[in-house]
Amino acid sequence: MDYILNHYYEIASMILFGIGLMGLLLHNNLVKKAIGLNIMDTAVYLYLASRGFVFGRVAPILGDNLSPDAAQYINPIPAGLVLTGIVVSVSTTAFFLALIQRLYKKYHTLNLDEIMIKSKQEKEGE
Amino acid sequence: MEEKEKKQLSSVPEKHNAFVDWVNGEERPKTEKKVIRENIRRPKKEKKEDEIKNYRKFKKVYIGLAIAMCCAFIVLLLVVVNFDPSFGIIDAPTNNEVSAKYIEDGLADTGATNVIASMILDYRAFDTLGESTVLFSAVAAVIILLRRDEEKRNAKEQAEFDKETAVIKEETLTEEKYPNIILQVISKFVIPIIFIFGIYVVLNGHLSPGGGFSGGAIIGAGLILYAVSFGDRKAKKFFNFKIFTAITSGALLTYAGLKCYSFYTGANHLHSIISTGTPGAILSGGLILPLNICVGFIVACTMFGFYKLFSKGEI
Repeated sequence: MDYILNHYYEIASMILFGIGLMGLLLHNNLVKKAIGLNIMDTAVYLYLASRGFVFGRVAPILGDNLSPDAAQYINPIPAGLVLTGIVVSVSTTAFFLALIQRLYKKYHTLNLDEIMIKSKQEKEGE
Repeated sequence: MEEKEKKQLSSVPEKHNAFVDWVNGEERPKTEKKVIRENIRRPKKEKKEDEIKNYRKFKKVYIGLAIAMCCAFIVLLLVVVNFDPSFGIIDAPTNNEVSAKYIEDGLADTGATNVIASMILDYRAFDTLGESTVLFSAVAAVIILLRRDEEKRNAKEQAEFDKETAVIKEETLTEEKYPNIILQVISKFVIPIIFIFGIYVVLNGHLSPGGGFSGGAIIGAGLILYAVSFGDRKAKKFFNFKIFTAITSGALLTYAGLKCYSFYTGANHLHSIISTGTPGAILSGGLILPLNICVGFIVACTMFGFYKLFSKGEI
């Protein structure tokens, strides 16, 4: 019980990561694999963002406070890491989807099994 | 001579004793080379069906292994999470002197009231240059994969290319013949608001939450709405491929150039001419405002470029 009360965000993020990983490995449809990869990325953002939070403090935007005290604000560093992560996730998803579109143009199916079998047959027929 | 050939042919399986068949009056004799070639060709066909069976067996093993490995991995992660410090306590080891320095000296060093903006665009600006480069290279890779342009193709690919061109042309003509009236009327009202909001988020990156990345995404969404509701021809009037390359390359190079100046003055302990300004004003924060604008341009063009490349194949 103590374990769940102290770490609920991290537990949720690990479960999401597991769901995304199983989706990536076990689905046959290529677009569903891309969705699994995105779910894994989102789980990592949740984990990073939860590591910076402190109860009772506010977001690090200084309004009129010209001499800020570090004990009033949460940790700003994980927010920077999440920003980098989001950009990388967008780029890899775009590249993945472009590859899927080219594969579809060649094989006319989105099913990974059929693509593997068709490509093996093409190789044999050469 | 006959016995020798018979001995050589007897190494071949029984159904192919063609010489005996010929002697018995059936077909033309197949020479030894032809018979051996046919023997080799037949096992190859069985090999193809064998390959498919092998693939299905491999797939079953793969699924079993994947499930086992994933479950083991998830259990391991859940056990390791127990050793993390509690969520949200004050004396966690991640809240150390680095974050204290960013919060306390951020305003004095950089002049920006948004501590996170001062961290990613001043203290750690080189990292943000890397992120912009990642976005730029992603869009370049998608252009290489998906852009339909004039190049030498062989006959089959040329036929497919012409078919695609015809389909896209037909779609464009249909769009213009039956325009989306509801979408166009509402877009005329909503798109300027979207652009103003996006520009506000970009320009106020150093004073409130926002900055180049989120503002750029908003402007990109506005551009996509314009292209969807008014058609390709109108969108190409103010945003074609030349403008796209000019803006993205120009913004990335400007970012690099401005940061070179900062590195130079910082490393040699010179006094830079960019002042930090009064906190809270728009023209404060040193170089953070121009860098936010550069990043905003790159992100907006990237978002719009992805949409056009995926739907039409050209920007």
